[in-house]
Amino acid sequence: MLWSSFLLALREIRRNLLRSFLTILGIVIGVSAVITMVTLGNGATQAVKNQVSSLGSNLLQIRNGQRMMGPPGGGGGGGSPPFSLEDVAAIRNQITGLAAVAPEVSKSATVVSMSNNWSTSVTGSSNDFFIAGSWKLAAGRTFSEAEEKAGQTVCLIGETIRRELFGTQQPVGESLRVNNFSCEIIGILVSKGQASMGRDQDDTVIMPIKAVQRRLTGNQNVSSIQVSVADENDITSVKEQLTNLMRERRRLGDDKDDNFNVQDTRQIAEALSGTTQVMTTLLAAVASVSLLVGGIGIMNIMLVSVTERTREIGIRLAIGALEREVLLQFLIEAVVLASLGGLVGIGLATLASIGLSQVMNVPYTFNVGINLLSFVFSAGIGVLFGYMPAKRAARLDPIDALRHE
Amino acid sequence: MSALIELRGITKIYGQGQASFKALDGVDMTIEQGDFVAIMGPSGSGKSTAMNILGCLDVPSGGEYLFRDVHVEQLSRNERALLRRHYLGFVFQGFNLLARTSAQENVELPLLYRGESTEARHTAAQAALKQVGLEGWGHHTPAELSGGQQQRVAIARALVTNPTILLADEPTGNLDTKTSNEIMALLTDLNENKGITVLMVTHEPDMAEYAKRIIHFVDGNIDSDVRKREIT
Ligand SMILES: Nc1ncnc2c1ncn2[C@@H]1O[C@H](COP(=O)(O)OP(=O)(O)OP(=O)(O)O)[C@@H](O)[C@H]1O
Ligand SMILES: [Mg+2]
Repeated sequence: MLWSSFLLALREIRRNLLRSFLTILGIVIGVSAVITMVTLGNGATQAVKNQVSSLGSNLLQIRNGQRMMGPPGGGGGGGSPPFSLEDVAAIRNQITGLAAVAPEVSKSATVVSMSNNWSTSVTGSSNDFFIAGSWKLAAGRTFSEAEEKAGQTVCLIGETIRRELFGTQQPVGESLRVNNFSCEIIGILVSKGQASMGRDQDDTVIMPIKAVQRRLTGNQNVSSIQVSVADENDITSVKEQLTNLMRERRRLGDDKDDNFNVQDTRQIAEALSGTTQVMTTLLAAVASVSLLVGGIGIMNIMLVSVTERTREIGIRLAIGALEREVLLQFLIEAVVLASLGGLVGIGLATLASIGLSQVMNVPYTFNVGINLLSFVFSAGIGVLFGYMPAKRAARLDPIDALRHE
Repeated sequence: MSALIELRGITKIYGQGQASFKALDGVDMTIEQGDFVAIMGPSGSGKSTAMNILGCLDVPSGGEYLFRDVHVEQLSRNERALLRRHYLGFVFQGFNLLARTSAQENVELPLLYRGESTEARHTAAQAALKQVGLEGWGHHTPAELSGGQQQRVAIARALVTNPTILLADEPTGNLDTKTSNEIMALLTDLNENKGITVLMVTHEPDMAEYAKRIIHFVDGNIDSDVRKREIT
């Protein structure tokens, strides 16, 4: 009986292709929208977390301007005086418990090696930069004391630069042309991978800060200072000391606000993943609407065909079908349609998620929970609205079902 | 031998209270195995109502209905369905074929619920279609058939199971005289040679002439009951 009901159901599905197709379509749209959006949202959150953890641990950043967060390196301080190397020296000398203090100044430039050129951002700093940012060397060495002091034109390059300019060649010892001067490549950094929002951390050239100041920016300014704290428990106290020191150095009276800000990576992490979490929730909400719309679509199609289906049930009952045989057929039909729609939806969502996460540069993970949830929800709607009218009709006397208008 | 069908004081009331309408008003009727009965009467006299009750498609409001000494009015829905499945063939006043479903599949449907094999269903359906003169029309859907052809598919569906009793509500209502006569010849043949008891509603005296017995309905009750030929 189960098998013959199954065959009957399949035949009915084939016979009513348009109706079947529309039902499946409603489920497909609902399922795939929800899964895709939630998967991408989760991917974005993950990407932000990865990026933040790759910034380095126990890291404090001193930047110009008042509080407010922004992506690292962005947002200059309007009106506040720039930092200087004297500030860096003062921090190093007056605050204890620091693992590294690295000044930072960046400028975009075109780098050329032989016939290849690439436009990138050149950062000036010191050896402490590698400690603070947890960078590792893939080859070569870091700066010597003499090179740092004199601001010699030597550089370390990120993986992206190596790949784009040198391909399979070994670049250490080669010379790299940066705008209008050339510098010697002394080391290569281990890749950190792509960060979210399209920012590639490996697309970078690091030089002694004095070299960048002299050759590229043309002034003595330092745009931000990175401070790595040796012991995690000291972060709060170091932060306070830094603030006091900078206020002192800038002679800010008690009535003045800070014209710089000190952020730690944890704060940035929380702020950023908070934002992406809000985004994920928002996406999920939008997607739920499409799930609902899909569900209403299914409902409409099923209800529109109730009259025809009721008559069909009347005919089947009249020639001797039992109520439960008719119901089984309709139930199987609804389940087959709903599962088919759900599976196609999941397949489509997986393709879309993989494709879009590649475009958006976020990691892709298959989220079992959301796949299951949206499948069960829309399949449930399909089954419910496919089955309920049948259940009502099968309870009628055959003659009443046949008379249904 | 007891009668195949016995109705005792059958009533059918549609609606409730003030708006209620008594379509059948205490019908008594006995039908023997092998009879060929034509039911006639003016429109609205309760012929279809009586047929639906006889066909176990509808339940009476009162009275007793015995089918081979079984009290049908006391049976459950499922038991009545099984009675229809195994003993009855019904041809509706409207054809009531499944839409977008081939004639062949429509005719096979009752066999499907009897659990017969695909092979047996095919053979039986083809034979039934041939009997009603629709050989080779099996793959047509109702929308592709004329009214008369649809009526014949409906008859094929009713007789494909070799029922004990065939109930036909105006089987020639939509047909021209020639086709009507063919259908009546078919019913006569089923009655004479296969021993199928036939109950048929008709408005046409010419068609009623084929029957062995003519029952006239007026206002929900039997007005006259005339035997033309003996049951063989
Ligand atoms: N479902 C129903 N609800 C209410 N009244 C009904 C219903 N079915 C039939 N009737 C009424 O019962 C009466 C008998 O109807 P029935 O269909 O049995 O007539 P009939 O003799 O078959 O007529 P016709 O020759 O036109 O087919 C009619 O007056 C009709 O209006
Ligand atoms: Mg009638």
